[in-house]
Amino acid sequence: MNEYLPTIIAGTLTGTVARLVMLHVDYRQYPGYPHGYVTHLSLGFIAAALGAVAVPAILKPDYTAVTFLALAATQFREVRSIERKTLEHLDEKELVKRGSDYIEGIARTFEARNYLVMLTSLLTSIAFQLGKAPAALLIGLLTIAFARSLMAGETIGDICEVVPARLWFKNTVLMVDDISIMTVGLKEMREKILRDGLAVLIIPKDPNARATIHDLGQRAAIAHTAAVIMGVKKDVDIPEFTPVARKNPDTGAVGLYIVPVEKDPEALLLAVKRTPVLESARSKPLKTEAGRLAGFGRRNKK
Amino acid sequence: MPAGKENKRILAVVTLNMDQVAGGAPIFFARSEEERERIAMYIAKTLDAMVHDLENGTCIIVRH
Repeated sequence: MNEYLPTIIAGTLTGTVARLVMLHVDYRQYPGYPHGYVTHLSLGFIAAALGAVAVPAILKPDYTAVTFLALAATQFREVRSIERKTLEHLDEKELVKRGSDYIEGIARTFEARNYLVMLTSLLTSIAFQLGKAPAALLIGLLTIAFARSLMAGETIGDICEVVPARLWFKNTVLMVDDISIMTVGLKEMREKILRDGLAVLIIPKDPNARATIHDLGQRAAIAHTAAVIMGVKKDVDIPEFTPVARKNPDTGAVGLYIVPVEKDPEALLLAVKRTPVLESARSKPLKTEAGRLAGFGRRNKK
Repeated sequence: MPAGKENKRILAVVTLNMDQVAGGAPIFFARSEEERERIAMYIAKTLDAMVHDLENGTCIIVRH
């Protein structure tokens, strides 16, 4: 065992560092709580240890020890369901819901990150076994960089143009440019919305983006992100201030209405742009021939 | 707004025009625009619901 100890330590250490690095990326889309931090770091450590032990097990040779990895996979699927359950519970009490699509995306991300940690420690321990410390360092850094780039993901700002829009009332119907949002019956509320409300228009850059923001889960995620970052004046007895994202059925552009605590249009634009594109919402109709025909046909008509 | 369970219900109707409305939900009669606005607001606050104006003298109060 002793002769393999440095290998295992190298692998475990790199894997844990990888988890730590990816944890930083998480917090962009995840209001943190310290215990969540500890949970994920510990699980990351376990994943790293499992990945690192695989190489000595093969060299021993104790091939059956590799079945460990299968056990680990089951374990991490559990991580996903724990994460999902926690977030779903929290979402029940949320005034502006995160939405099940967003939750599923986060949960899946956490599972995938553990696999990446395992991969990192496995590759590092192989490198250590073959080329000692310098090779391990190189491979470790490379895989961490790879894992990080994989996790960065697209944002709404990448696929759509986000511009300020006019918030106005057509009689009692609240409008964002030419998209109708909802009707507001009380005059007092209408005046307050005009005074404190903000609106942006999210214009898809291509038919792929249009299909993505057509997704209701994606729109809930945009409204949620904007509400978390900007604050929202909504309360249980003021449903009028619920941020709403509705689309223009003809162009596919989405109008977002929100009554933020801080009325800062610039900040709202940034908040909307940094909303992650959800995996479940991302779609690529342009990858198919039919989609390409439909997409370009529609554009030519304009 | 959440997809899936749609749970919209008209909880009450506030009107200036009694012969326009009838039926299931509780109906409140108001004598003036101000009174209608006030009644609608109180009911909505009590029920955590939202007021929608049908623009014919009648407001409905809906839980979303």
